[in-house]
Amino acid sequence: MSTATVGRRTPTPEPVREPAPPGRLRRSWDKHWYAWAMVTPVVIVLSVLVFYPLARGIYLSFTDLTEANQQRELCTPSITGELTCQANPNAWEFVGLDNYIQVLSGQIGQFWPQFWTTIIWTVTCVVFTYGIGLGLAVLLNRPMRGRSFYRVLLILPWAVPGFVSAFSWRFMFNHDFGVVNALLKAVGLDPVHWFDDKWTALSTAIITNIWLGVPFMIVSLLGGLTAIPAELYEAATIDGATPWQKFKNVTLPGLRPVSMTVLLLGTIWTFNMFPIIFLVTRGQPAGQTEILVTGAYRAAFEGIRNYSLASTYGVLILSILLVFSVFYRRALRKQGEVW
Amino acid sequence: MSAQVEARRRPRSRRSPLASIAMHATLIIATLIAVFPIVWVVLSSFKPGVYIQATEISLIKEPTLDNYRYVLTETMFPRWALNSVIVAIATTAIGVLMSATTGYALSRFNFPGRRKLLLVFLVTQMFPVSILIVPIYVIMANLGLINTLGSLVIAYLTIAVPFCSWMLKGYFDSISTELDEAAHLDGCGPFATFWRVILPLARPGIAVTAFFSFLTAWGEVAYATAFIQEKSKFTLGYGLQQFVPAFNPQWEYLTASAVLITVPAGVVFFFAQRHLVSGLTAGAVKG
Repeated sequence: MSTATVGRRTPTPEPVREPAPPGRLRRSWDKHWYAWAMVTPVVIVLSVLVFYPLARGIYLSFTDLTEANQQRELCTPSITGELTCQANPNAWEFVGLDNYIQVLSGQIGQFWPQFWTTIIWTVTCVVFTYGIGLGLAVLLNRPMRGRSFYRVLLILPWAVPGFVSAFSWRFMFNHDFGVVNALLKAVGLDPVHWFDDKWTALSTAIITNIWLGVPFMIVSLLGGLTAIPAELYEAATIDGATPWQKFKNVTLPGLRPVSMTVLLLGTIWTFNMFPIIFLVTRGQPAGQTEILVTGAYRAAFEGIRNYSLASTYGVLILSILLVFSVFYRRALRKQGEVW
Repeated sequence: MSAQVEARRRPRSRRSPLASIAMHATLIIATLIAVFPIVWVVLSSFKPGVYIQATEISLIKEPTLDNYRYVLTETMFPRWALNSVIVAIATTAIGVLMSATTGYALSRFNFPGRRKLLLVFLVTQMFPVSILIVPIYVIMANLGLINTLGSLVIAYLTIAVPFCSWMLKGYFDSISTELDEAAHLDGCGPFATFWRVILPLARPGIAVTAFFSFLTAWGEVAYATAFIQEKSKFTLGYGLQQFVPAFNPQWEYLTASAVLITVPAGVVFFFAQRHLVSGLTAGAVKG
């Protein structure tokens, strides 16, 4: 719009706008049109790419659409080469809540086992990544020799793309020639068949994910730590607080805003973490380490592609996360958090 | 005052030697755990296949570049890398361009709908790949876009746009609004202020956001596996799975590819990490 240069000019008083237009909407438009203009592209893209598919996905979950019945019409070429089409008698149709009933009652798929695996997976990963990240951030926040050296190396795993880490750890957990079993043997333990048991297989995925996730926690929490005023520690020291008391009464409360954000994001991301399970355990043994997201994926894209079943999973996953966030937010409010 | 505090604080924070040893020991162990897998894969990538798949573990044995040569000349790896680069750059460019103005508007103007939009960005973070992937797949199939790199760009934008907007908003929050006011007094409209004053200042934030969306696209697996069918159109996330089938995995090629994929990401990361810290901090603290 304005082509004025940034050079100094005599500050002119705000040009008086024309008398207040009649409607509130009109006034609002005059005042905010550029803000709206700035957000419009993103709003359009999100509507087309996210909310329209979301609505379709919810709709699909009420149908019985699969790869086998997706054709509305069946067309067969006749001898003369013409296509004769007729309505597909077995075409997909609206089935109401059938999918939800079948999934939640366990008639189709493995919803509940996968649900519990997902919960264990999420809680373990988030607790460990946050705990380790917090510990290392507090250590790194102190003045010491070689601090930036440690910091760069500690956040290095972040630079590795997720699928590369997944393959690398699968390689290291290999029974016959993996380095993990070699280390176990070196200290006199028996090698483990990592992917033959649900819990050892799940541990491999959890370890991979913790390794990948800690750098994000370190970096965010370090940022939060620098925002805590030094005077608070000063005052605590004068009051004779022990290091543990300082950590509990100054550091943790000071980190609250950052912690709450990273814990929420961490939980959502881990809950939906696809590549690690998909590539590290591959659901071994016998699909027992499948989480909801990978379960949904396999329903949609393996065997006879069951699009409606996968959509049902998707809606259920989204509902779980929404309920979680609402409670999380309410819990924060109760404690006087502004978020 | 502050000089006094400094002078008094120095001796207090000095650690006992024992505490110092414990701290460094902890950090060294943590660093080893962080670095070891990377080092191990790098070392393995130089071993001939027979030694990778041997029960006897050796740090390094008859180092060779054969794995790299094979991956780069005998497989489709270079093609997959090119596909990944195209998809990631397209996603980043479109995503960052669109998110920059949005982040600015969200940071500076209190317009009706602002809070709702922020909430939408947060909620979009919750959309599992599983709820969008099927409808997007069906839509793409109807449009005849399945098995094209464009379908991947479109799918990745659903992740990149909300995330970039959210992060850039946090970064713009950390730039003083006095600059906007000064520009305004100088006669700049909101768009000119954004374009001439704020955007140049926000370069580190933009760089970090771009880096993130690039890595998101670079490391994505689910959409790439579902949407692409033709081998020449695979991206790295999908292509690499070809080296590790359920039977007879070719770990030697996998390790070499892993190194080739990580090195560029790592180099960018090394240069970006300083900005990364400040960028993320701004986002997280003001979140």
